[in-house]
Amino acid sequence: MTQSLITDQAAVLVDPDENRGGTGTTRFVLTKIAEALASILLVIVLGFLLFRLLPGDPVAFMVRERPTDPAQIAELRERLGIDKPVLTQFWDYFTGLFRGDFGESYIERRPVLDMIGERLWPTVLLVGSATVLAVAIGLWLGIRAAWKRNSFFDRAQTGIALTLWSVPQFWLGLLLLVATGGLFPSRGMHSPDAAPGVLPQTLDVLHHLVLPCVTLLVVFYAQYMLVMRSSLLGEMDADYLTTARAKGLRDDLVRRRHAVPNALLPTVTLVFMQFGMVVSGAVTVEAVFSWPGLGQLTYDAIHGPDLPVLQGVLVVLASAVVLMNLFAELLYRVLDPRVRTA
Amino acid sequence: MAILPLAGTAAAQQPAQPKVLRVALTTGIDHLNPFTASLAASTQVGRFIYEFLTIPSADKAEASPALAESWTTSPDKLTWTFKIRQGVKWSDGQPVTAKDAAYTFNRMLTDETARTANGNYVTNFQSVAAPDDTTLVIKTKAVQATMDLLDVPIVPEHIWAQIKDLNDPKTDDLSVVGVSDGPYQLTEYKQNEYVKFTANTAYWRGAPKVDELQLLVFKDVEAAVNALKQGEVDVINRLTPTQFDALKGQPNIATNQAPGRRYNEININFGVEDVNNKPIGNGNPVLKDLALRQAIAQSIDTKTIVDKVMGGYGQLGGGVIPPIYSAYHWDPAPAEARKFDLAAANKTLDDAGYLKGNDGIRVAPGGARLELRLTGHANRAFDQRTAQYVAGWLQQIGISVKQELVSDEELNDRTTAGNYDLAISGYATNPDPDYALALHTCAARPNTEGKGATTDTFFCDPAYDGFYKQQLTDTDPVTRAGYVKQAQARLYSQAVNVVLDYDNSLEAYRSDKFSGFQTQPQPQGSILEQTGYWGVYGAVPAGTQTAAADAGGSNTVLWIVLGVVVVVVLVGGGIMIGRRGKAADDRE
Repeated sequence: MTQSLITDQAAVLVDPDENRGGTGTTRFVLTKIAEALASILLVIVLGFLLFRLLPGDPVAFMVRERPTDPAQIAELRERLGIDKPVLTQFWDYFTGLFRGDFGESYIERRPVLDMIGERLWPTVLLVGSATVLAVAIGLWLGIRAAWKRNSFFDRAQTGIALTLWSVPQFWLGLLLLVATGGLFPSRGMHSPDAAPGVLPQTLDVLHHLVLPCVTLLVVFYAQYMLVMRSSLLGEMDADYLTTARAKGLRDDLVRRRHAVPNALLPTVTLVFMQFGMVVSGAVTVEAVFSWPGLGQLTYDAIHGPDLPVLQGVLVVLASAVVLMNLFAELLYRVLDPRVRTA
Repeated sequence: MAILPLAGTAAAQQPAQPKVLRVALTTGIDHLNPFTASLAASTQVGRFIYEFLTIPSADKAEASPALAESWTTSPDKLTWTFKIRQGVKWSDGQPVTAKDAAYTFNRMLTDETARTANGNYVTNFQSVAAPDDTTLVIKTKAVQATMDLLDVPIVPEHIWAQIKDLNDPKTDDLSVVGVSDGPYQLTEYKQNEYVKFTANTAYWRGAPKVDELQLLVFKDVEAAVNALKQGEVDVINRLTPTQFDALKGQPNIATNQAPGRRYNEININFGVEDVNNKPIGNGNPVLKDLALRQAIAQSIDTKTIVDKVMGGYGQLGGGVIPPIYSAYHWDPAPAEARKFDLAAANKTLDDAGYLKGNDGIRVAPGGARLELRLTGHANRAFDQRTAQYVAGWLQQIGISVKQELVSDEELNDRTTAGNYDLAISGYATNPDPDYALALHTCAARPNTEGKGATTDTFFCDPAYDGFYKQQLTDTDPVTRAGYVKQAQARLYSQAVNVVLDYDNSLEAYRSDKFSGFQTQPQPQGSILEQTGYWGVYGAVPAGTQTAAADAGGSNTVLWIVLGVVVVVVLVGGGIMIGRRGKAADDRE
């Protein structure tokens, strides 16, 4: 995805309109926003159709193993609106989205938006903190590894990163749970026994955050490290570095002032893409640690299957990915003058 | 001298550490609102906080007094009069009266949403009234056998009458569900995380011996097992045989293997029809032959399935009511029981004219080869292994089986539409046999659009329906049980399904911290997910509880974590500052 994004940028680069000063940028931004909106719209339509094509009668599923009479079943169908023609259902769903109505969960029978809303913050906290740490550690290790190319440090770090990247997250999570032997809580985000007050409550959440965050971090950092490493390796033979060295700059400084900023671009893009895909990365970790986030909601909804929830999660996540992509593209333009002024 | 009384006060002000019982919850909670709460864990919450008119007793799971001290029926069995207990109070101090019970049922009769969870109990109600504070009169349209065990939590009228819309999120709040009269009172609810209760010291049966009850949500049973070992939780259920075996013999942990409420079965598509007797689905027509179905049933070794697939944690199958409900459970008499016997099955098929072809697969008299599809849940280990065994056995009697394990939805679709030959299925049953029996009546079959089905087997048989109706309208426990057993015998004789086994429910608890969990039924029942509150209500903490040590421990850990974070930040910051200094020196 990083790759396609850069090619996309190259296409913009040769756009003749680009040279018309300020309007070029405005036009670029507007085009990108329009594209993003179109993508979200497409997701909504496809999502709706996809879930209608799936086999299964949701009502039959909801009442399975529960005593119900036909009148109750008819009421349910009416309440869920699935007794109407598909086109009407789509229109209801589509207009509902604009009113913030994402439908009602089949299983919990609550508004989907409420359910997504209360799960969003835990996921942002978990994936956000893991990402920030993973970026910091990944970049640092990546830079070191590339700079000492083919050294023992480089080979060891690359090997470790590749191994950790391929470790199944749930397995790693369980391993950490058993290994830490009760030092950290094994479930949830809050302890029912935590003392009231802001400080104890915050510490309590941090305490709960440690294991899931470390699990995600261990798996996440690898890609940042590897991308940073390869990207820096690409810069290492560039002429400007030779120039910098020729000026008598210390190696350390050549790296930090000259090579790293240039090599950072693909990584910045990657960070934003990852932020968009937060949940997909957290599904198994949230399940292992019973972390009350979006990943767990998705996991439960798939098991249901709770179609309105899945549909809502799809729209929210796809929108997040699209928006983060948009943001990355715009930021790329700010960060890299070569893209801005053709 | 003046100091002494002060010291006394200080000691009195330091209350003993509360005795906390922590239960691992591995299923979700949808609502706390007892009218809409449908998931197993949510109904459990309702049982802890609300009293019922009657509840299934701990020893036999039969109707026993709760809010109603006693009850009588009219000679025509259409009018039921409940005598409501006096002196019981809601947690806000208001008295619990017959009017609260009348309000609860009338709300269910007039409000569609109020019927979400337990609507089936009131559909046959004519009227509900409370002529005075201690009398509740329910009139039914037809005789209803479930009247002495209405599984409906009674709510306080003065709280719920103010709520117009029962879908209001407020109905899951403490302001509403916090007012209760059960053994425990809800004090905190963090959606998707935990529910916290305190003991109701004014509970009419007497206060629970545990001060606080916590239900902690675990999404991963493996993580929950680990938490039990480390003392983070005290009780856990829904263990797999492997997890159960691993916990056996662990120090400070006791295990409880209880007969379960669930039956596993293989359904045989005997030529299923919708509610208007129109054939549906694409089942293999050869299965219309009872002799063939009997031979198939005879070729399934349920003992092997219990021993090998269930790891021994199941009971052999008979009728559709599990042995935990001993009054209604039915096992075939030795003479009529189908014993696992491949030779006899082969002989039956030979005699019935199903001749073996060159490839060993039999051909029906009409020329159809005996090739059957066996469908089940792709994601369930039980189905995977059972399918393999069954395919092997049927191969030996000349029937080829194609295993088609599919997703839950796909399976649901196939079985509802009758698109199967053999299907692995199963249901959890209730203490009242009505529900398990209703799954096999003609009326439970789907309508012409394939909707509205509540059937399990698609069975439709006048004799069976006759027994079903008689048990439904007979309020004498003994004769009713007779009809219930006859219905099961009739179902068995037609070989439309083979009940493989009844799963055990596998539980474990910290024996060093708690004892006295009252199982239901006794002596061998389960602790959690009862149709009552006995298990958790009976828990007795062992001597001095370790909650104090736990709390201290977790605080210590908190400070360690905080310390590590501070050290990392300081050291990291120091290094950064050092580097910045160096960099400044090197500036061009």
